Amino acid sequence: MSIRINQEACVGCLKCIKVCPGSLIKEKDKKAYIKYPKDCWGCVSCVKECKFDAIDFYLGADIGGNASTMNVTYEGDILHWKIKKSDGTVKTIDVFSKDSNKY
Amino acid sequence: MSKKLEHIVITTDVLIIGGGTAGCFAALTLSKNSNLNVVVAEKANVKRSGCLAAGVNAINAYIIEGRKPEDYVDYATKDAAGIVRHDLLLTAARKFNATTKVMEQLGLVILKDENGKYVARGNRNIKINGENFKPILTKAVEEAKRVTILNNLNITDLLVENNEAMGAIGFHISHEKVYEIRAQKVLVATGGAAGLYKPNNPGFSRHKMWYPPFNTGAGYAMGILAGAEMTSFEMRFIALRCKDTIAPTGTIAQGVGAKQVNSRGDVYEEKYGITTSERVYGTVKENQLGNGPCYLQTSKIEKEKDEELLKAYLNMAPSQTLKWIESGKNPSEQDVEIAGTEPYIVGGHTASGYWVNTKRETTIKGLYAAGDVAGGCPQKYVTGALAEGEIAALDIIDKFDATKSIQTNSSFVSKKMKEYEDILYNQSDFFTVEELEEAMQKVMDEYAGGISTHYQFNEKQLKLADEKIDQIRQMTKHVRANDMHELMFVYELKERLTVCKSVIAHLLHRKETRWHSFNENLDYPNTDEGYFKYINSILVNDELKIIVRDIIKEADYEHTN
Repeated sequence: MSIRINQEACVGCLKCIKVCPGSLIKEKDKKAYIKYPKDCWGCVSCVKECKFDAIDFYLGADIGGNASTMNVTYEGDILHWKIKKSDGTVKTIDVFSKDSNKY
Repeated sequence: MSKKLEHIVITTDVLIIGGGTAGCFAALTLSKNSNLNVVVAEKANVKRSGCLAAGVNAINAYIIEGRKPEDYVDYATKDAAGIVRHDLLLTAARKFNATTKVMEQLGLVILKDENGKYVARGNRNIKINGENFKPILTKAVEEAKRVTILNNLNITDLLVENNEAMGAIGFHISHEKVYEIRAQKVLVATGGAAGLYKPNNPGFSRHKMWYPPFNTGAGYAMGILAGAEMTSFEMRFIALRCKDTIAPTGTIAQGVGAKQVNSRGDVYEEKYGITTSERVYGTVKENQLGNGPCYLQTSKIEKEKDEELLKAYLNMAPSQTLKWIESGKNPSEQDVEIAGTEPYIVGGHTASGYWVNTKRETTIKGLYAAGDVAGGCPQKYVTGALAEGEIAALDIIDKFDATKSIQTNSSFVSKKMKEYEDILYNQSDFFTVEELEEAMQKVMDEYAGGISTHYQFNEKQLKLADEKIDQIRQMTKHVRANDMHELMFVYELKERLTVCKSVIAHLLHRKETRWHSFNENLDYPNTDEGYFKYINSILVNDELKIIVRDIIKEADYEHTN
């Protein structure tokens, strides 16, 4: 359970550093990096904050992860969640933020 | 070598420690209803800090049509086998709906039927899109007049003179600065304590837990050390969760009606009872009987519900959605394995926390507590945290005395500053915080009723736990922090160890088993009506003194002794 920050995609806006509820992301060479990967709660606050598709969220092998990653981008009130599976397939789920949970 | 930290003094009217749900709502209430200046000290950043970082998809404490606040009190009382404060539950329950309304006005999306009425989930819940609950609340606080938010400020200690709050002291987690904040009224809203026990996933995913791993019991610890009375630390909370991801089960159990079944397909929940603790206990027992693993039987739901369930989890626990998709099977194609978590101390679910009067003032004058750090009011959840923030804020406005001056103790402040500096440049760094945290969690797991002992313990084990925790506390002298963030880690460890001591003392004094799993004492396996009492404690000369109090029936409770 943690995140990976793609150093190529990171533009150094550092918004993720601010929002992490554990302050686990730090700055190095004008880019964000996860300094304490084992301390991540998996809340994906940073993933939601990143507008540059630079942060991926994944499940650790100890909780059954098999190298798929997930991130989210916004388009107005729509959240596009994208799951890249390890076999290369991609699944997207769109959530309209004005819709309530049905269950 | 020693490093000098910069000393910054801030004077305000009201200090709120912790910018989570309760703290933010208190700040908002103070801003709307008074001219008092407010400082919110938050160790991370208020935007997503606290319990609602990932979101929440139901309001779990709501008075639905046809029900009364008194019904809620009855439910919470039964669930906790009577060890609750009716005055606290009722005053919170009366505000559940009004605080929900405020959140809706701020932009929270709530599910409505064709007549514009909220759609209930069960008897006490309504459905929302709470992915952005915390950012919505935070935005309002940021725009509120006379409220200053200090992010990345980690408070370690209260400033108390003659049993009256005068402020608090802490440090910035990236700059070498100590903040002494002087205030006439202080509200503690730091949440409960996670990370005391060895977690479900002790390795790489050690923080994939139910409760925020960043809620380290800071508010409990600073209250205990300042001599505040605490209640019900023996009423631990253990959540029944989706295994591995530790995601919530309510959405599948209540939301789509999936039953709790063992590996033989038998529905076992009725066999053990349906209180919160009995649901955990039943799952433990079924595993012990060889009937595990246990599941929520989502394979019986209609396929059409899959997509909405995947979305529901994205709004509060995205790891579960990822897990379903990674596995290649939707909820309707496989049951969800469930497990009990490690025990937590959390006043929003069980009753552990500060002993407060009806207005949420603690036994230290001018010090208030709201949300998970406040005791006596279990099952308060998010709306209860909002309600308590409001109740405390309104009493602060009522009691504020503009003519009064604040006297902080400069020798205590200097002593604290030196303590921070000594840890930063400690020559003795035999152990790391991580090593001592692991040691603490192992002791609590094995001797104070953790997962590995099926949450059970006896007195001999508890006494051993107490000795071992003392030894680990001694070892914290041999820990060094290399920067301000690491200094926070050191204090988080110390806080947890302080809370562990209280948990053990309370478990030792409730010589009965009132709640399965939450307090399963093998020396006293039955409920004893002689213990239909509150177990409270107060630290006197470094020793925890236990105070046994009668159950309070009055509608309005004030501290007298």
